[in-house]
Amino acid sequence: MMLLTCPWCGPRNSTEFRFGGESHPRPRPDAATPEEWRDYLYFATNPRGWSRETWYHGSGCRRYFAIERHTETNEHRAIDERRAAEARR
Amino acid sequence: MTQEQIALAGTGAMRLGRQEGEVIDRRRTITFRWNGKQQLAHPGDTIASALAAAGERVFSRSFKYHRPRGILTADHLDPGCQLQVGDEPNVRAAHRLVEADMDVRSQNTWPSLRFDVKAANGLVGRFLSAGFYYKTFIKPERLWPVYEKVLRQFVHAGSISPDTAHDYYDKRYAHPDVLVAGGGPAGMSAALAAARAGATVLLVDEQGALGGRLRWGGPAELHELHRLTAEIAAEPGIEVLTDSVVGGRFDDNWVAVVQRNLPNVVERLVKVRAKSFVVAPGLIERPYVFEGNDLPGVMLSTAARRLINLYAVKPGERAVVLTANPEGDGAVADLQRAGVDVAAVVDARHGTTVTRARGRSGVQSVELSDGRRIDADLLVTAVGWTAPTSLLNMSGDKPVYDPRSARFRPDPARLPDTVLATGRIVGDGSFSEIAAHGAAIGREAARRAAGIRARWQTQVPTRTPGEPVAEVPAKPVEIPDLTPAAHPELFRGHTHGFVDFSEDVSSKDLFTAVAEGYDSVELVKRYTTVTMGPGQGKLETVNAVAVVAEATGRTIAETGTTTWRPMYAPVTLGALAGRIFEPVRHSPMQAWHERQGAVPLVAGQWIRPEHYGDPAAEVRTVRNAVGIIDVTPIGKLDLRGPDVPELLNLLYVNKWNNLGVGRVRYGVMCAEDGVVLDDGVTGRLGEQHYLMSTTSSGAGTVWEWVENWLQTEHPDWQVHVTPVTTAYASINVAGPRSRELVGRLAEGVDLSPEAFGYMNVRTGTVAGVPDCVLWRIGFTGELSYEIHVPAAFGLHVWEALMSAGADLGVAPFGIEAQRILRLEKGHFIVGQDTDGLTQAYTAGLGSLVKLDKQDFIGKPELTWQAERGGYPLLVGLQPIDGRIVPAEASQIIAGGRIVGRITSSRMSPTLGRSICLGQVEAGLAKPGAVVTVRLIDGRNIPAAVTPQLAHVDPEGERQRV
Repeated sequence: MMLLTCPWCGPRNSTEFRFGGESHPRPRPDAATPEEWRDYLYFATNPRGWSRETWYHGSGCRRYFAIERHTETNEHRAIDERRAAEARR
Repeated sequence: MTQEQIALAGTGAMRLGRQEGEVIDRRRTITFRWNGKQQLAHPGDTIASALAAAGERVFSRSFKYHRPRGILTADHLDPGCQLQVGDEPNVRAAHRLVEADMDVRSQNTWPSLRFDVKAANGLVGRFLSAGFYYKTFIKPERLWPVYEKVLRQFVHAGSISPDTAHDYYDKRYAHPDVLVAGGGPAGMSAALAAARAGATVLLVDEQGALGGRLRWGGPAELHELHRLTAEIAAEPGIEVLTDSVVGGRFDDNWVAVVQRNLPNVVERLVKVRAKSFVVAPGLIERPYVFEGNDLPGVMLSTAARRLINLYAVKPGERAVVLTANPEGDGAVADLQRAGVDVAAVVDARHGTTVTRARGRSGVQSVELSDGRRIDADLLVTAVGWTAPTSLLNMSGDKPVYDPRSARFRPDPARLPDTVLATGRIVGDGSFSEIAAHGAAIGREAARRAAGIRARWQTQVPTRTPGEPVAEVPAKPVEIPDLTPAAHPELFRGHTHGFVDFSEDVSSKDLFTAVAEGYDSVELVKRYTTVTMGPGQGKLETVNAVAVVAEATGRTIAETGTTTWRPMYAPVTLGALAGRIFEPVRHSPMQAWHERQGAVPLVAGQWIRPEHYGDPAAEVRTVRNAVGIIDVTPIGKLDLRGPDVPELLNLLYVNKWNNLGVGRVRYGVMCAEDGVVLDDGVTGRLGEQHYLMSTTSSGAGTVWEWVENWLQTEHPDWQVHVTPVTTAYASINVAGPRSRELVGRLAEGVDLSPEAFGYMNVRTGTVAGVPDCVLWRIGFTGELSYEIHVPAAFGLHVWEALMSAGADLGVAPFGIEAQRILRLEKGHFIVGQDTDGLTQAYTAGLGSLVKLDKQDFIGKPELTWQAERGGYPLLVGLQPIDGRIVPAEASQIIAGGRIVGRITSSRMSPTLGRSICLGQVEAGLAKPGAVVTVRLIDGRNIPAAVTPQLAHVDPEGERQRV
């Protein structure tokens, strides 16, 4: 069982968490087209590599948080917003 | 037998005089039964050693050919020593210690071990060749169950009794800095060095005591054993688990250890999270493949040495020894000391080898490659070692074959930093070289563990400020070289013999499989089942690979090995299942319900009263007088803060801005796909204080849902959410006389319709209990008050209601009556009348959904659902023949198509006819439309769509009084 580092509690067994899937920004509900909204609801990029994900520490601090996890190695790290912004450019 | 007779007889003809390292207690004698016969043993004897001391040579019959089998390895791997003990099958009898009065039997032999009828299989052995079962029992398919029944009779396994009590299996967690798998000289040295470097250590060994091969060595080895054992016992940082096996290594050093030999516990599964993991399993001696290699009396050198030195058992009278290494030479010395006549020492290093062993129920003579034929009842082989690399494979290693040492070697470069290997799995050397390597690995494991500890410390933001982080030495410990000794490659002699003793697979079978085109070792494994027995390949894999290499003309390195998967050793299902932990929740009134004979209903974790004997009568009580129901599991969230209305507007499809203090509103939550998620009422108790109720089954989900939206989308909103579901016991008082009943107990609450109208909430004192919350809501459709009572007073208020309402005819009602009442009233239940595709408009919530709100969860999808139109709709249905109650989930059909289904159905005690809710396609959702319902028995019946969902009191006059 992998260890996942909760930003509040530190490394804990992954069974303490619930996986919330890839983090996608929520489109503006009054402006989104059906395609954009369903992309948000149902589609994941499922990359081989770094993936931005939501986790919920249900058996611990009960906080939702986002991390980046490498899908091949399970290596994970806190999100560096500047790096994320650069990646989007 | 008297004690005197036992003392005279001793515990067997093959028992030797005192050995220096023996583990038996000669002062005491115990008796047990072997196939019904009384047998003697000393405490400390294994079942197999006690039987061998008594001169037994045949312990079991083999799996396919029912050949006689005896001791091969004399440890937990021994394939010939799996026996039935009491009602426990497949006991590893060369490992399990004898206990007084044990009932030990050989498995699956008929009529007896000595004259096994099925041994005839051996004569027709050529019909049971590779892939025999695949080839023979294919067609016709309808006979498969028959084949299975017949073949089952031939399987080599014990019997279990369905009456066996479920014994106590335990579970434990451990978080050592360093976990050491293997308690031989290297593992013991590693554990000591790690502990002395400040690490907490868990040291695990499969044998009954630490020491590994030191235990059956000479005086020098025993001296080291006693020194190491004493030092470990004196070291407080080391916890030792013996008779325990490391079964598997998973992500991030999550390691399964199965521990036996505990008082009152059959097995304990220890779930270990180790910062460093040291793998020190030593080596497993490999059998040699030749004709007759499975005859009782053919055994490994380590087996002979264990029998002599640990159990003082003479393994035979006249021996031939085939040796290719110093351990084999050591066995010769042990045999001679034990008084065995060593007729010949065949030195494989000089090219001579064994051609075949002959005999019927045991070795009688041995033929050598130089043509000699020697009479002997014992053939000891020492032809090489298998490195049990499975824990390293599970850690990511792919060991490589080294022809020079004739074994697979770990490749430390492939291992994660948290896994280290030491001992003979790495290389050979003198005791001091092995110990030095172990100690260096132990120190390095401790250093790496300290590094992980320091990193974890800094990863916890809530740690005490200024808490010092331990210093970690930056420089890695220097690990001395440990090189495997050169060893001749000896796998198969000049004849064919058994490769897999558990599965009865011979080298000839492997050649056949290769000839039939199964040229990959993974395919050969599955086709012949080689290495798939209880030993899981620990004895067999390398020989199997070598034979496949020989048959395909490739090298062993090219052939590769099969995949090692957890578990390393057989584990009982009991150990995996562990203790039975099933959390159960019940309300403070549960004891009362049980006393009243309530029929329990399991609803998730909750146990609730389904009814108290007659649900229809309970319905009538509520309609005509007053009933009370325990609704404690209703989800309750206490919401506080200035932004609660914003939150409610987001969560619910309807509007919440103008809810006044003391007012209650019904709301429906949808998910982002517009599907109905939950429903309930929320009341405003104070300026910035709200109480939300959810469905019972949705309580946990909705809490997490609310937190999710607050934490991820709107962290700026000031709202504090506290789940208070079980802080209150909840009682619904329903019926035309509920106001009268509640009025007798409530203080400080004006219950008059003018002061406390429908859809209002008040706080007050009930039956002397302050801080109760009273809601005027109605799931049942009657005048009703839902009272939330501080949980500790739930039973008190419940009993007060029962006694205060005796003259009003009050009675308790259960979930079943409530379900009938709400169905009569046409209230839907989320998850019953809706499913994972039911969007809000389908559930008939069109008037509730406020698309003019700026945002709410699911708004885009609901906007499109409304625009699209033509969606299915939840409707009330009444079968034309009111005596028929269609089962829930019955199909509604039209023109050969399924156009809907019944979602709820009951016989209505109020109307005296059947009533339903159902989902139907848009075109049928018209009042008065008649649809066709297909019953379970295949009959079609007509049912009419009602004007509204409610079958009783559609105008809601009863609840508004």
